[in-house]
Amino acid sequence: MKALAARRHHPLAFVAILLLALVATGGLYAAFQPRSAQAESYSQDDVDKGEELFLANCASCHGTNAQGMQDDSGNTLGPSLIGVGAAAVDFQVGTGRMPMQNSGAQAWRKPPQMNDEQTRQLAAYVASLGPGPSVPDEEALSSKDADLENGGNIFRVNCAMCHNAAGAGGALTRGKFAPSLSGVESKHIYEAMETGPQNMPVFNDDNISASDKRDVVAYLKALDEQGSPGGISLGSFGPVTEGLYAWTIVLSLLVGCAVWLGAKAK
Amino acid sequence: MATTTPTRPSTEAPEDSGSEGRMLKLGAVGGDWLDRRVSGAGLVRFFGRKIFPDHWSFMFGEVALYSFVILLISGTYLTMFFVPSMDEVVYDGIYAPLQGAHMSKAYESTLHISFEVKGGLLFRQMHHWSCLVFMVAIFVHMFRVFFTGAFRKPRELNWLVGFALMVLGMVAGFTGYSLPDDVLSGNGLRVVDGLMKGIPIVGTYISMLLFGGEFPGHDIIPRFFTIHILLVPAAILGLIAIHMVMLVLHKHTQYPGPGRTERNVVGFPVFPVYAAKAGGFFFLVFGIITLISATTAINSIWVYGPYDPSPVSAGSQPDWYMLWTDGGLRLIPGWEFTIFGYTVSLNILLPMVVYGGLLAFLALYPFIESWVTGDDREHHLLDLPYNAPVRTGIGVAWITEYLILAMAATNDLIAVKLHLSINDLTWTFRIAFFLAPVIVFYITKRLCLAMQRQKRDLALHGEETSKVVRMENGEMIEIHEPLNEFDRWVLVQHDDYRPLKAGKGVSALRAAATSFFFKDQLAPVTPTELREALEHAGHERHKIDELTGGDYRTPDVRSH
Ligand code: HEC
Ligand code: HEC
Ligand code: HEM
Repeated sequence: MKALAARRHHPLAFVAILLLALVATGGLYAAFQPRSAQAESYSQDDVDKGEELFLANCASCHGTNAQGMQDDSGNTLGPSLIGVGAAAVDFQVGTGRMPMQNSGAQAWRKPPQMNDEQTRQLAAYVASLGPGPSVPDEEALSSKDADLENGGNIFRVNCAMCHNAAGAGGALTRGKFAPSLSGVESKHIYEAMETGPQNMPVFNDDNISASDKRDVVAYLKALDEQGSPGGISLGSFGPVTEGLYAWTIVLSLLVGCAVWLGAKAK
Repeated sequence: MATTTPTRPSTEAPEDSGSEGRMLKLGAVGGDWLDRRVSGAGLVRFFGRKIFPDHWSFMFGEVALYSFVILLISGTYLTMFFVPSMDEVVYDGIYAPLQGAHMSKAYESTLHISFEVKGGLLFRQMHHWSCLVFMVAIFVHMFRVFFTGAFRKPRELNWLVGFALMVLGMVAGFTGYSLPDDVLSGNGLRVVDGLMKGIPIVGTYISMLLFGGEFPGHDIIPRFFTIHILLVPAAILGLIAIHMVMLVLHKHTQYPGPGRTERNVVGFPVFPVYAAKAGGFFFLVFGIITLISATTAINSIWVYGPYDPSPVSAGSQPDWYMLWTDGGLRLIPGWEFTIFGYTVSLNILLPMVVYGGLLAFLALYPFIESWVTGDDREHHLLDLPYNAPVRTGIGVAWITEYLILAMAATNDLIAVKLHLSINDLTWTFRIAFFLAPVIVFYITKRLCLAMQRQKRDLALHGEETSKVVRMENGEMIEIHEPLNEFDRWVLVQHDDYRPLKAGKGVSALRAAATSFFFKDQLAPVTPTELREALEHAGHERHKIDELTGGDYRTPDVRSH
């Protein structure tokens, strides 16, 4: 209902907004364009601690210098991490995918094994190896004046074919899958787009600009927040789950009534 | 107890006893009241006194009927707000994530109904849920009719009318969920467009004709609107009327039971007992659908977004009753070849042939079966499914094929939920498409025969009591409790069919077909067999009684 009230503005407000927007665009352009260069500052201490952690937890697969490793038959144990950037580490470690446990079709999300501090230190170490996307800051994620419509549109065109329109997840070939996006932290959504984990393509700033990424994040957060206006969402998988529901729960209710009515009053 | 009305007019008044009698009198009074106010008194009496047998499995036709009524009511409400137009507008409604989006008026008005019209979302969800329930009820009803052999003479035509209703239900559903013009329904239309274009030579023209030009065009929504709210419902209503008139003319079938014959119907009179039950049932169905619609989301079109040909979401599936039509397309390899400059898309044509074949088989089954059995009698007593093993097997095999197609259409969801490879699943379904129906047919038939054998034993020897008596010579005899005559009747009443021999006007094909149907059939218990079994049981009983003095308690219990 807040949204409804918010739409009822004075006609002049439009002019004011237009002016503001013009002014803001210049500023925003300056603020957002050189994003990839703007790196988070890590101290040398962070890098050193990160290297320690890396040697203890990651080197077995990624190699002692993060240069990547292969087993005897030439299968990759872990790819090179040089130049993947702090964003990749923050995403992989922050969502619990790394350190990877079992080799399967794909590394799964699990409860993170590193705390925020350790994740930061690991990111600092990997970032020190070569330039790459950095962890997005608050401002890049702020949904304050994000354009939800734009975010939704970009999401439906670029992401829904793998992740489903409601972000409920979907299958890829050979047992790989695009996971559900509900409840994923904003910065991890942003980082996923920037780094393209595993079978997900990389959406760099040329494909989807920084402000578009912010809109996508805001859209996904809005979907999460609004929940399902129609009631139980059945996982948002669409007609199939709805059909199953009709054949199980609704049909048993109906059969129950039919049996009850059909039972002769003996 | 229920009443029996002879099929032929009879002057005998039904027995007047106890509360049942009072109920009947109520019926008579009610009928009389109506008689005096409505001309055509005979007609009213005719309907009011009709007998309807009572069994829960007979109530799914009613569920279909009631959910259709709910569809009409909720649909009427929706037409007051829906705008069947593909003109483009910019959304400025209350749903924030779409503000400023370009969309068709159809989509905009659906958002409006969902978020701004009082009770709009509830009505939308009721309309869609009752559609799903309608189709579920039709399928359950249809297979009740199939497995009990209710489609046999004289009801073959009514089976065909019902079949037409099932197909019309699918058309109604498809045209309905295409109306909101969201991405999901647009994808569905795209598939239909592809199916039509796959027809050699004329395909492109048909598609152009339907869409009024190149897909998606600007005409499809208004056209579907007319089909969906006028043509199809009118056709369904008309066919339901024919279905019901035929039902009344044929009278309802009944399960075999004592006192139930091919010439009577045992049950309750329509007025007042059945009318009260049916009325109550309507409100129950209404209540259940309303409850589900108020609590469970369906077709959240704002998530799918306004139609735009580029995006296709993962997990794009049609409503359940159309799923099977998608399955074949997902299973078939991409077979195509070019001949005289025309592309022949086997990957579209073959699935369509399969779909047509499955439907045609279902529609024609009553005629196929009566040709095989040569059974030209009228049947008003139903078959118990295990007494018709081949028919039951065929029905279960058909359902299996249908399910495999439907599951193939959901292969991506199954893959995600069960963490399987979608490629493996596709291959599994491809193999299952050919093997599963055969295996399932065989297993079902065997199970039916096993049940026949078990029921036969039961009819002859009665129920095992698990009380065993050791005779003086060491022989162990289990005490059997004979069935009462009512229960036994149900087990021994069915017909006996034998395979035909070729020759004497019987073609080899038909002889083979009857042999396929009946060669393993167990003969029902004959009176002689039954007499012998009863005599034997009496004899055994006598021996046991002599030994125990008629007291069947075990010695330790007896000594207390
Ligand atoms: C069991 C082996 C294993 C361990 C241990 C492991 N990784 Fe990985 N890692 C992989 C594999 C395999 C991949 C590539 C497949 C993938 O993207 O999931 C990968 C990918 C990554 C990526 C993404 C690279 C890119 O191109 O975006 C990052 C970042 C990463 N690992 C960081 C780490 C960190 C940090 C640790 C230690 C906390 C770690 N990994 C521990 C096997 C491992
Ligand atoms: C080709 C298919 C594909 C596309 C397109 C795609 N993704 Fe992904 N996405 C994946 C896969 C596969 C993973 C899982 C990666 C992993 O487990 O490491 C993933 C993971 C993610 C995650 C991490 C979820 C979690 O559970 O931690 C987010 C967030 C995400 N994607 C967002 C997006 C967004 C936003 C877009 C559109 C801009 C997008 N994806 C487009 C395939 C895709
Ligand atoms: C709009 C859909 C339908 C409606 C509203 C409907 C309604 C009904 C009702 C109320 C009955 C009597 C009660 C019962 O036996 O369940 C009935 C009987 C019957 N229906 Fe339907 N039906 C529909 C679809 C079908 C279909 C799809 C078939 C089969 C292809 C079918 C075949 C029959 C037959 C043969 C009977 C007579 C059954 C008997 O006397 O035992 N109907 N129908």
